[in-house]
Amino acid sequence: MSEWWTYRLSDFLLFSADTYYRLFELYNTAIWPAHIVVLVLSGLWFYFLIRPKPWSGKLLFTFLGTTWLWIAWGYHVSHFTSVNWAASYYAIGFALEGLLLILAGGSGKARPIPSNTHWTSRVGTGLIGFGLILQPLIVLLSGRPWTQIELFALAPDPTVIATLGILLLVGRIRWLLLPIPIIWCLISSATLWTMGASEFWMTLCAAGVALFAVRPVHKKPYSVY
Amino acid sequence: MPDRSTISRRTALGLLAAPLIRPALRIQPQSIITKPIPSTGEALPVIGIGSWITFNVGNDREARNACTEVMRNFFELGGKMIDSSPMYGSAQEVIGYGLNRLGNPDALFSADKVWITSTARGASQIENSRELWGVPQFDLMQVHNLRSWEGHLETLHAMKASGSLRYVGITTSEGRRHSLFEEVMQTQPLDFIQVSYNILNRRVEERILPIAQERGIAVIINRPFQQGNLIRRMKRQRLPDWASEAGATNWAEFLLKFIVSHPAVTCAIPATSQVRHVKENMAAATGELPTEAMRQRMIDYVEAL
Ligand SMILES: NC(=O)c1ccc[n+]([C@@H]2O[C@H](COP(=O)([O-])OP(=O)(O)OC[C@H]3O[C@@H](n4cnc5c(N)ncnc54)[C@H](OP(=O)(O)O)[C@@H]3O)[C@@H](O)[C@H]2O)c1
Repeated sequence: MSEWWTYRLSDFLLFSADTYYRLFELYNTAIWPAHIVVLVLSGLWFYFLIRPKPWSGKLLFTFLGTTWLWIAWGYHVSHFTSVNWAASYYAIGFALEGLLLILAGGSGKARPIPSNTHWTSRVGTGLIGFGLILQPLIVLLSGRPWTQIELFALAPDPTVIATLGILLLVGRIRWLLLPIPIIWCLISSATLWTMGASEFWMTLCAAGVALFAVRPVHKKPYSVY
Repeated sequence: MPDRSTISRRTALGLLAAPLIRPALRIQPQSIITKPIPSTGEALPVIGIGSWITFNVGNDREARNACTEVMRNFFELGGKMIDSSPMYGSAQEVIGYGLNRLGNPDALFSADKVWITSTARGASQIENSRELWGVPQFDLMQVHNLRSWEGHLETLHAMKASGSLRYVGITTSEGRRHSLFEEVMQTQPLDFIQVSYNILNRRVEERILPIAQERGIAVIINRPFQQGNLIRRMKRQRLPDWASEAGATNWAEFLLKFIVSHPAVTCAIPATSQVRHVKENMAAATGELPTEAMRQRMIDYVEAL
């Protein structure tokens, strides 16, 4: 791209805010009533996170990886590409992360260990709560109709924020799994900011908080688990 | 020189020939300001319509129908040129949808672009775009942002020679690659160029517009409202009392009439997703155009805001 310095973010935005939000409405309509099943599964997922069992890592990461794979296909390829050709590249990124999450879960190396005593762990749990509950609520409180809701496991942003959270609870494997969610946060935030959407700060802050909180893993586990 | 033409009977009948199940276009014969395309003398209304962002609504049926209404009003008010590009997501497909619902209006002047690095794949991209629009052939095909321009211009000139294209052009925006742009204008046989120009960004007045005049190239103006920022800003300001002397009753007319009153400019292509805005914009193709002295007064006023 010649004279690249003359380009602004708005030169790359292909769609309006209205079109972007309508896309979620059309997506939600197309997959309804999958939301009910997903809400139940998300609740169980959170339960097994805070009440870990020996096999929790496998279960949690396999479910999470599957949601990334679903979003790659169900949202990016099937909906977002209709207004944004770049979404096919986003789909590749989401599919790759989905596979990595599933492999990490299967390898036994990704074992989330939430703790009340270590602040990194608390930040991680906070991000998960944010992705599961607050992010969808804030989107609704910003005045959008509930038909445009973005839910964990179905929409990219809450899923990515919750993924960042769980990655703060695992060991070194996090370094392999962090780049794609961080890149997505930057893409999503830049998209929302260029569209003039007020909620652009959510993915940006989530990435910032995760990068701040993430650091070399302690020799000893954080918790009594 | 601007000309005032009444929409021909043939055009009006063509527009009305939409299938009966669809609401037919009610074309209002009215005096529309046109300018000639220098290479042929064909008259073009001074206001066309763009499709970047506004017509990229994907598979959303409701939004597609809203775009169709914008197009219906555009044609009913005497519009002809619609501009698009394969770069604009689903915009071409949405235009094709709208044209089909409007019964493929005869009035259409289709302007699209080739936007691909591989020159070998240029022809197939153009064919794909043609299918999306659902037109027998394009009126104008432009090399988007001079991307792989040498090879694509060869393809376009060959298409024009074979009769499958009427006009050839190149585009840029926001002052990018102007020196190369000038060079291509000086050395290649072009019917059209497309550049950015508005009351606050008049850089093309220095070299590009004079070259276009000298070489007999039609000029399309993109980004007339600076992607909406300029008109949104102006609409918060008071329209000067003397705006009617410039032929303007609102800010859209004020800004667009400034642009199309430049002698080198053939037309401007504001994009909109709203019927009330297309009505405002099309009004700029009616009435009087500002004189040279008035243009200076318009600049002074806006620059002082
Ligand atoms: N390199 C290139 O080839 C190139 C580059 C840029 C643009 N283009 C072409 O030029 C066209 C025009 O440029 P653009 O779309 O970038 O920007 P533009 O036409 O300057 O501005 C479009 C914006 O103005 C708003 N608008 C239109 N009419 C209005 C009115 N009467 N009152 C208030 N707001 C109004 C629209 O919002 P609403 O939807 O709310 O009306 C839209 O957001 C493009 O669509 C594209 O076809 C080509």
